[in-house]
Amino acid sequence: MDEEDNNLYHDKVVIRLIQFSIIWAVLAMTVGVYISAELIWPSIDFGQFWLSFGRLRPLHTNGIIFGFAVSALMATGFYSVQRTSHAPLYAPRLAWFCCYAWQLTVLLGGLSLLAGWTTSKEYAELEWPFDIVIAVVWVCFGIVFFGTIANRKIKPIYISNWFYGALIIVIAMLHIVNSLAIPVTIGKSYSVYAGAQDAVVQWWYGHNAVGFLLTGGFLGMMYYFLPKHAGRPIWSYRLSVVAFWAFTYSYIWAGPHHLHYSAVPEWVLSLAMIMSVILLAPSWASMINGIMTVSSASEKLKTDPALKFIVLSLAFYGLATFEGPMMSFPSVNVVSHFTDWTIGHVHSGALGWNAMITYGTFYFMVPRLVGVELYSLRLANIHFWMALAGTMLYIIAMWGAGVSQGLLWLSVDEIGELSFSFKDIMSSMTPYYALRLIAGIIFLGGTLLMGYNLFMTLAGKHALKVYAPAVSPAFGVSS
Amino acid sequence: MSALSLHKKIEENTGLLIFGILLVSSIGGLVQILPVLNQQSLQIATENTRVYSAVELTGRDIYIREGCSVCHSQQVRPLIAEVERYGPYSRAGEFVYDRPFLWGSKRTGPDLHRVGGKFSNDWHRVHLIDPRSVIAASIMPAYPWLAKREASQVGNITAKLSALRILGHPYSDEDIAAADSELEGLKEIDALIAYLQMLGTGLSEDISI
Ligand code: HEC
Ligand code: HEM
Ligand code: HEM
Repeated sequence: MDEEDNNLYHDKVVIRLIQFSIIWAVLAMTVGVYISAELIWPSIDFGQFWLSFGRLRPLHTNGIIFGFAVSALMATGFYSVQRTSHAPLYAPRLAWFCCYAWQLTVLLGGLSLLAGWTTSKEYAELEWPFDIVIAVVWVCFGIVFFGTIANRKIKPIYISNWFYGALIIVIAMLHIVNSLAIPVTIGKSYSVYAGAQDAVVQWWYGHNAVGFLLTGGFLGMMYYFLPKHAGRPIWSYRLSVVAFWAFTYSYIWAGPHHLHYSAVPEWVLSLAMIMSVILLAPSWASMINGIMTVSSASEKLKTDPALKFIVLSLAFYGLATFEGPMMSFPSVNVVSHFTDWTIGHVHSGALGWNAMITYGTFYFMVPRLVGVELYSLRLANIHFWMALAGTMLYIIAMWGAGVSQGLLWLSVDEIGELSFSFKDIMSSMTPYYALRLIAGIIFLGGTLLMGYNLFMTLAGKHALKVYAPAVSPAFGVSS
Repeated sequence: MSALSLHKKIEENTGLLIFGILLVSSIGGLVQILPVLNQQSLQIATENTRVYSAVELTGRDIYIREGCSVCHSQQVRPLIAEVERYGPYSRAGEFVYDRPFLWGSKRTGPDLHRVGGKFSNDWHRVHLIDPRSVIAASIMPAYPWLAKREASQVGNITAKLSALRILGHPYSDEDIAAADSELEGLKEIDALIAYLQMLGTGLSEDISI
């Protein structure tokens, strides 16, 4: 495999990871659409245990986070670390191992979730055999990544690598601590933590899985691909350095904001709230840094769908990281907690930030990796509008649903009696859920378009190789 | 100036960068999380809180397996409306035997922490097998298979109780020896209902909020 690679860098493994990432995106979003539909028509699980909402929902989150997002982070990490280090991947065979071992883990892990193997801890549902495999593959990922940095030909380590580095180190730490358990059978274990203490450890993990994977890792993507694509250096390198350390320091404290009004000690919750608000600063610093970097390349922004995706993703990043600290105030959280507002917040980050920046980056990388033009700029532009429409519709629907749930649940009349029954509030959610379903279908449709577009781009390269070098890629495909 | 030159060093040294990240990211955990793990008061059971029986534990593991917790919280907040709707708010001491905790993060369905004793066993049976036969507009999934499968097949109950004993749950040798026979003849749905019926019964009776 390695010999075929571009003579300086190992890019075959990057292409393979991108392909896997897109496959997981399509699969996991299809599951997302399906569970959206189940919340409207509950009987479409046809009495099959493996189609039941309680099992499919973790499949959706694990497929998206570990399949789509982690594969994308590995791909972009391997791509950018080589280029910022001017060195080929350290231990390329180990990189291939990471690629395939990870896909196999996600696949088998997904099946185990359907079979009912689960710890029930959110984003750490996979049972102990998978936890061990994940830890091993993760360490290999770290060896390849840091080995490449150690072999670098340029002295300073570029900022994007710090974010990827923090992703690798902090996720390893969180994963190991949160997964500690006593195994009972191959598919069942009991957490070494109990009750309120387990809750605190789990959300220390859960919030920082979001922080260092869905946020930090993707910031690494932003810090490399945005300046590269805009053809400008990052607006302020110093600001990015300050933002990095502030981010790494303060994120860790914020987890207990998932536990307001619970039996967790008050000081832990207050500290989490304060740190969540502080977190706004480094979050927005990175956003501003990114936006200032493109502002001088605004011409390109009008024509290039890849850049449009990345810039729009920054806007949604800004939105999610503004909303998050607001939701950390007890007075807001009292309404938002347990409702679809949280789901809206999640997906403004997940669709608007994670998925969009990945799409932009893939549109940028794939043509470069194979040395041809993107198959269709038009399709990419259509995808852009579908992604934007899908995300907006999703968020608006969930805000509507969440705010009404939150307020109606809490509402009491003058004599302290509840104004609405749970069932009435539940029944009034159908229109919002229908809107979300439509949003999901639009968003998934856009993702499928991208899959087709990038597949054709890669296929064009293939034809180019088999036939004559002089044939244009478009020709190669149709013949 | 010296901060900058220190940073220049980190910026150019892989080992230092790794160390720096590890150091900076673990402070929060050490100062905020570790003390919680050492806090004894979070490990003291409330008056009526006891370990799960073999049947209840099996029911709880079914609850986990089916993902009931993605739609149901088990955490009543200390708010007028919640106490009114569900019952007394949740205390830390009620969860000391919960591995893992099942507080949840989303209420697609109502909170279940105080559901114990709220409905009859028969109500639960009908509702679990077909929720829409009880509440026409319900969006809860149906669980017909629970009525068919044997409770004794939900993992190795003896091994489970022994594992929990290692973690400090006070099961006696007799409890463990009797576990298998307690499950005999029960369906999964019976175990799950036994679990639901004991939920939230760990507070002494004179607490009303
Ligand atoms: C899709 C989300 C969902 C899942 C998964 C789910 N439920 Fe429900 N549940 C609901 C909704 C919505 C209601 C309210 C309507 C009703 O009573 O059917 C409800 C109501 C209940 C009630 C009645 C509570 C009350 O106070 O009225 C019980 C008990 C219950 N569910 C138990 C379970 C158990 C046990 C499981 C797992 C085997 C489960 N549920 C899985 C959504 C869900
Ligand atoms: C400064 C940044 C952020 C802060 C302070 C923050 C804060 C919060 C808060 C308070 C909640 C609600 C907890 C609850 O009531 O249960 C939440 C939930 C969540 N947030 Fe954020 N958020 C931030 C950014 C992001 C981003 C960028 C993402 C990216 C995808 C994200 C993903 C999530 C997820 C997945 C949940 C749901 C967790 C769950 O209940 O399962 N957050 N966040
Ligand atoms: C087609 C697009 C998508 C659809 C239709 C969709 C749908 C859903 C649905 C229906 C839920 C369950 C909500 C509930 O329990 O009420 C959910 C949860 C979740 N989704 Fe998605 N989703 C999509 C894309 C994504 C993406 C791209 C990501 C991440 C990058 C993501 C991350 C999550 C997370 C983390 C949760 C759990 C939230 C929580 O526990 O609070 N989803 N999604």
